[in-house]
Amino acid sequence: MLEIRDLVVKYGGITAVKGISLDIRKGETVALIGANGAGKSSTLHAISGLIRTAGGKIIFDGTDITGLGADKIVSMGLVQVPEGRQIFTRLTVEENLRMGAYVNRDRADAEKNYETALNLFPILKERAKQSAGTLSGGEQQMLAIGRALMSSPKMLLLDEPSMGLSPIMTAEVFGVLKSLKEKGITVFVIEQNAYDALELADRAYIMETGTISLEGSSGDLIEDERVKAAYLGGDI
Amino acid sequence: MINTAYFLSMLISGLKLGSIYAIVAIGYSIVYGILRLINFAHGDIMTIGVYVILMLMNSAGMPIFVSLIVSVGFSIVVGLLIERLAYRPLRDATEETTLISSLAVSALLQNLLQMIFSAQRQPFLLPKWLTAAHRIGIVNLSTINIITFIVTPVFLIILHYILKKTKIGTAMRACSENLTAARLMGVNVNRVVMTAFAIGSGLAVVAGLLLAGEYKTVYPSLGFVPGLKAFCAAVIGGIGSLGGAVTGAFIIGVAEMLFAGLMPTTMTAYRDAFVFLLMVVVLLFRPNGLFGGSEAARS
Repeated sequence: MLEIRDLVVKYGGITAVKGISLDIRKGETVALIGANGAGKSSTLHAISGLIRTAGGKIIFDGTDITGLGADKIVSMGLVQVPEGRQIFTRLTVEENLRMGAYVNRDRADAEKNYETALNLFPILKERAKQSAGTLSGGEQQMLAIGRALMSSPKMLLLDEPSMGLSPIMTAEVFGVLKSLKEKGITVFVIEQNAYDALELADRAYIMETGTISLEGSSGDLIEDERVKAAYLGGDI
Repeated sequence: MINTAYFLSMLISGLKLGSIYAIVAIGYSIVYGILRLINFAHGDIMTIGVYVILMLMNSAGMPIFVSLIVSVGFSIVVGLLIERLAYRPLRDATEETTLISSLAVSALLQNLLQMIFSAQRQPFLLPKWLTAAHRIGIVNLSTINIITFIVTPVFLIILHYILKKTKIGTAMRACSENLTAARLMGVNVNRVVMTAFAIGSGLAVVAGLLLAGEYKTVYPSLGFVPGLKAFCAAVIGGIGSLGGAVTGAFIIGVAEMLFAGLMPTTMTAYRDAFVFLLMVVVLLFRPNGLFGGSEAARS
């Protein structure tokens, strides 16, 4: 579904991503785990076409999308739920969801997705006419996910979905991601919260200072001593 | 004792001027909202539009309404070209850089107009039916004045509808809040920016016609100072907020006319200075403008 070959991302003189390769197959849930500044978000921004790549190739669903504009990539079905949610606080909840269907030319499909999103997140239904800025952090994350689902994406990218959320809300967000996984949506999630991410994902990559230091099935990584020491709080 | 009819006529002149500033200020505000670009060339688009109308009416003998439509179309093209050539390459640059670029475009346009039409003032006379006076109560209004009062609310309602009810309008609001998130929704930002420039340029020409009709003359820097005042209006109201821009425009229009009408004649030459002073004073107490809140901030 998504193939990344030797991706390089640079900001001025600094190389944030130093030639990484990733593979995400259709229907899989894959996590990219790493500390702050490891280059995870840069990777995701490059995939979504928000920043220019300095090298390498990104292939989505058989098409080379390297260097394509963000809007083109979204209309191909590769949709990102950005870090910090970035919902439109001055728009209503409904308008936010409708914005999610911006590339969706099929009105009936957009309408069906709107109903699905409201059923998936009943709280959004109650708040449909409210401005999105009045939602709590967790509700905003639900809205951000619901908004991303509005265009019937083939694959979802999530940038730190648990960031800034309480443990209860985090559990709820991961519950939603689990249900997306069960529906067969391909998911690529970036997390600092390694334990929850490994619980959810089929496979994971560990990223450190711009390179992939480890990769494997979630089950293996959760038992790995290096992962335990660095990301799961060592021996408990 | 000031005579009531005189005061009322000054007030109405102020509201009329405010209506014209409002149309220009909206253009400033929607472009600023999306790009955080203060487009100083906006007032000059207005001037270009007036010259085109003048040529079409005088040389081609077209009726004023047809001339206006053609001129709006022409000015939209000019506005889009400016965006494409002078602002889009600077999309990732700082606000200061684009501001300087817009000042350069403004100077370029004024000089081009001077080369083509000379720096001389040229008469800009509206057809008789537009300048015919009507007595309403105790004040006299010309047909064009009445049109001015009708046009502004009509445009505001249409614009409000576009922004609230259409897909491109919702995308414009989304872009003005968070450009990155809008791109992640699949919004083609260039298309939204072009829509904003097209709306702004088209409106500027309408304002230009009303203003030149008022002054009965056109010259290369005609739109520059009114453009600056419309910018002040947008700043006073809280730039990026459309309601604020309109309110600011009316405040400035009325304040300017009352100043010109009520101060001794030796002072009236300072009416422009008074408007800019007003902006400084408002900003001292409300740095984000009257309705700005924290809108200036965007991630």
